[in-house]
Amino acid sequence: MKNICDKNCGNCGREFYKGLWRENPIFVQVLGMCPTLAVTTKALFGFSMGMATTFVLVCSSLAVSCIRKVVPQQVRIATFTVIIATFVTCADYFLKAKFYAISKELGPYVPLIVVNCIILGRQEAFASKQGILKSFMDALGMGIGFSAVLVLLGSIREILGFGTVFYYKIFGSGFEHWVIMALPAGAFITLGFLIGFFNWANKKLKT
Amino acid sequence: MLVNLTLIFIAAAITHNFVLTYFLGICPFIGVSKKIEQAAGMGAATTFVMTLAATVTWVIYHFILVRFNLPFLEYASFIIVIASLVQIVEMFIRKTSPVLYRALGIYLPLITTNCAILGLTLFMVLRDYKFLESVIFGLGAGSGFTLALIIMAGIREELECCDVPRPLQGAGITLIIAGILALSFMGFGGLISR
Repeated sequence: MKNICDKNCGNCGREFYKGLWRENPIFVQVLGMCPTLAVTTKALFGFSMGMATTFVLVCSSLAVSCIRKVVPQQVRIATFTVIIATFVTCADYFLKAKFYAISKELGPYVPLIVVNCIILGRQEAFASKQGILKSFMDALGMGIGFSAVLVLLGSIREILGFGTVFYYKIFGSGFEHWVIMALPAGAFITLGFLIGFFNWANKKLKT
Repeated sequence: MLVNLTLIFIAAAITHNFVLTYFLGICPFIGVSKKIEQAAGMGAATTFVMTLAATVTWVIYHFILVRFNLPFLEYASFIIVIASLVQIVEMFIRKTSPVLYRALGIYLPLITTNCAILGLTLFMVLRDYKFLESVIFGLGAGSGFTLALIIMAGIREELECCDVPRPLQGAGITLIIAGILALSFMGFGGLISR
């Protein structure tokens, strides 16, 4: 029993961990920038977006991995896209039904998960070639790596822009809001410096 | 009517620029903004597809999805329309103008996964634009995308001679420049109060 498990899942841990740091979708692959920048005005929105994306990524990776042998090569991209669009519709309707306020804040960026390059990229590069369990671990790792960066970016912008994190006040009433951080320009600049910091830390760790 | 259309165009192109305020189409913005010619080619192709996509999805949304009460098919049908539109445009250009095809060739298939186009169609539905308004909206958004891409490419060509700190090279410095660009585009905000 253990043997079978080892054989099938020998690298599963590695597939999971690589999404967190070594092949982090945002810092290393620089994919899926639109939702990353757009919804991270507050940590909570970043978290919701990360969860929605992880859900779509995991479900479509499972589906694509299951049908990988029956889909003809020429129509694979179209097939993947339709599968992704279906799961995005599910996620969107779920958010609308259960968390209406958040869904309203995220606006058109939930449906835009369809064209998030991370998801299509994982289907094309991984799930369409690997087994179900491996694809699942890979998708989960990538999704969590993505969500972690979103929460980090959202927290930084929320702290500087509003003086709160997850709506929890951390500064006194004397805190002057740094408005730029809540605006698009703040998103670009913060992410730019975060990527710079990641590269620097990565180099320090290697040497 | 004309005033309204002009306002929609200016809003989509400058004050509410797709790249710098809605963060749509960031991937090509970072990926293909190294040379001005490349940027112009990508911008032209995207503008073309955007205008067409706005037209076609408006028709499909209002005459099929609304009439037969199928709103849950919105995302799936829009993305299929965009993907097939890109395919058709590619085949059409290849047949009629090989010169243009060679100039745009590589960028055309990439447009399908450009979120600016799906974003455009979603905003169009969300804001309830009329037919002509949608077409102008598509054209404006495309022009804004091209403008941002070309400005960025110009800056990045200059940047090659600069001494950027090592960790910031590549994506990092590009994002910071985009931030400063977004700040300067905010200056246009007073043009339209909406």
